[in-house]
Amino acid sequence: MSRDTGGRRARALALLGVLVGWAVVAYGNRAFGVMAPALLPTPGEVVAIFLDSLRDGSLPRHVATSLARVAIGFGFAATAALALGLVAALCVPVRLMLEPIIEFVRPIPPLAFLPMFLVWFGLGESSKIAFIGYTTFFPMFVAIAAAVLRVDVTLLRAAASLGADRVALIRRVIVPAALPGIIVALRLGFALALFVIVGAEFMGADAGLGNLIMEGRTFFVPAQIVMGALVLGLLGSIVNACLLAVERRLFRWRESAAT
Amino acid sequence: MLLSGVADLMEWGVRGASRTHRVALAWRVGALAAFVALWSLAGGIVEATRPFNPLFLPAPWIVVGALVDLARKGQLWIHVVATLERVVVGFGAAAVVAIALGLLAGQVRGVRNIVEPVVELLRPIPPLAVLPLFIVWVGIGEASKVGFITYATFFPMFVTTVHGVAQIDGRLLRAAQSLGARRRHLFFRVILPAALPDVLTGLRLGVALSFFVIVISEFVGAENGLGYLINDGRNFFLVPQMLGAALLLGLLGYAGNALVRLLERRVLRWQHPR
Amino acid sequence: MTIHVRGLSRAFVAAGRETPALLGIDLEVAEREFVCLLGPSGCGKSTLLNIVAGFLRPSAGDVLVDGRPVTGPGADRGVVFQEYVLFPWLTVAGNVEFGLSLKGTPAAQRRATVARYLDLVGLAAHADKYPVQLSGGMKQRVAIARALANSPAIILMDEPFGALDAQTREVLQDELSRIQRVEHKTVLFVTHSIREAVYLADRVVVMTSAPGRIKQVFTIKLPEVRDRFAPEFTHYESEITRLVKEEVAKVHE
Repeated sequence: MSRDTGGRRARALALLGVLVGWAVVAYGNRAFGVMAPALLPTPGEVVAIFLDSLRDGSLPRHVATSLARVAIGFGFAATAALALGLVAALCVPVRLMLEPIIEFVRPIPPLAFLPMFLVWFGLGESSKIAFIGYTTFFPMFVAIAAAVLRVDVTLLRAAASLGADRVALIRRVIVPAALPGIIVALRLGFALALFVIVGAEFMGADAGLGNLIMEGRTFFVPAQIVMGALVLGLLGSIVNACLLAVERRLFRWRESAAT
Repeated sequence: MLLSGVADLMEWGVRGASRTHRVALAWRVGALAAFVALWSLAGGIVEATRPFNPLFLPAPWIVVGALVDLARKGQLWIHVVATLERVVVGFGAAAVVAIALGLLAGQVRGVRNIVEPVVELLRPIPPLAVLPLFIVWVGIGEASKVGFITYATFFPMFVTTVHGVAQIDGRLLRAAQSLGARRRHLFFRVILPAALPDVLTGLRLGVALSFFVIVISEFVGAENGLGYLINDGRNFFLVPQMLGAALLLGLLGYAGNALVRLLERRVLRWQHPR
Repeated sequence: MTIHVRGLSRAFVAAGRETPALLGIDLEVAEREFVCLLGPSGCGKSTLLNIVAGFLRPSAGDVLVDGRPVTGPGADRGVVFQEYVLFPWLTVAGNVEFGLSLKGTPAAQRRATVARYLDLVGLAAHADKYPVQLSGGMKQRVAIARALANSPAIILMDEPFGALDAQTREVLQDELSRIQRVEHKTVLFVTHSIREAVYLADRVVVMTSAPGRIKQVFTIKLPEVRDRFAPEFTHYESEITRLVKEEVAKVHE
């Protein structure tokens, strides 16, 4: 219905407007003392905290910790999701057995298991990594299996009438055809991991962005919370953009534009 | 042979032949039964041989027992209601605002160009990261929890609503106009029904997300609620209680999702008439 | 290679009920013969083709290719689909050599074969393009080249020009006619266009509406290169049209 032709400049302006609006509200608050100044950090304060924590190395450390946990947990989950997803999609009895169990576990919010992971694995790194692995496994597994199941039957028929046997059908048709969907599943899984790591680091962590943000609450430094949240958002955007770029290069042959 | 044969692949594709209702049901029940059986077996073995404290892997009957216990003491209900209240109010508020604003933004370019950049700016930031800010601003009470759910679930519902309006085939509007429809008619008789599928999808996402985030907000600074039950159980290693509350949460989330699906099926009957 | 369909029937099961799609089809296609299956929608002609191709199994009867029963798809029966069904992740050349690469043909030989068939369909300049960059007519030509490059004795075509506009359609019919004069394959071609059938076929098999049976078989005695406006051509067209109209009327009852 609406088209995005002239919107780009307007959007950039509006974005600027948001920043200006924030500055006006925050500095105005300082000037007129509407709310306790600490409650409404100004852009300047946020930038100051950002630079400080960059300089003393704490921010890079927190970012690295969070990323490491995400990467390792995601790595385990992705490997398992790929292996099991392929098996489940290609092997009907396995799928029929796993489907109901997945349906059973899926509605349970993964964060509901976080305390249990803390009980099982203690407060160290392994509990966060295990939790990330658990959280990202199920959606990736389901999406990967779905991508394989979706492969168009006519592609299989075309290959078979060119002489493909079962192995060739799997290796040379099903896998390439499902690959874009599989990569999307992995990308979304990684995004989910970043989404959830913060929550996991609220409780029982001594480092990481989530911990940084929680400290902001404990020591009543809202500017730190805002800074941590913005860094997290930026991190997520950058990672997502990189993965999207890789995806687009890998799949130049795709008909529809990648999302 | 475990892998589908070529003949089946040719006729049905990777998915395989469709099964009758009865067969599909049998597989589901069988799989769930096997799952519970395995779990019971594992739990029983742990109880018997005690390689570690059996509290860490409670058998299903122990979990159920813990829940029943809480129910009998009259406490379970309190927690369930507390969680449900927060979810219903928070989600409800978000839905109303998201749909209203989304419908407006979808049609009025000006509104869209103002609201969307803000949304795009805030969207990459995981709502969980903002939770402490809510707590700092509004305190630890109900308002901050409900407000947080509203904040978190607003975005997906807003985005899907805008998309639902944006993807409407312009020709539908032109067809209606050439039949004499005016602004009011266009909105209620074309735009709304055409955007409805996406709006309802957004609602489903919102419901799932509400349960997703309520847990964490009930971990930090709550006196009741299923999330509180789970985190509280940590102090005394009450894993059966933790597992039981988690399962209940799953059940509630599933019920919420089923409700929206029911609504979908009634309101969107034109998509699959039979 | 010959095709021999014997007493073929196929029923579809939906909601516990069996609806017959094909009933008792007996058909013989001689070597190097071009046979068209013609009929109204739902007459089962595509189903018949799919069974000959080995994608579906018959409920009764069987199909013999060169005397041997068909148990599944194979490289002896190449297929061209209505929706082209090119492998989107492969280039045009990659698509055309697909069957050869399965057989383990050495690279140099593959390249030569690909070049030859792309030349035949007039797409030599597009060998490194991806299907998404091609028009419908071009995609179908790649599909034909892909099927031919694998050297099957039999080619099965399921309304291959159905998704194309009228002009492209006629151009491709001309090309197919030209290719057949070079390659001399045994062809079974499904269409619902009478004009197309008369233009291409040695014999036209007219089928009834569902459940599909063979209503009548026309032998087209026209020269190899056909003129769509010649009186003999038009004569065949009107005769077959009259017959098909009877069947179409039944569908709309």
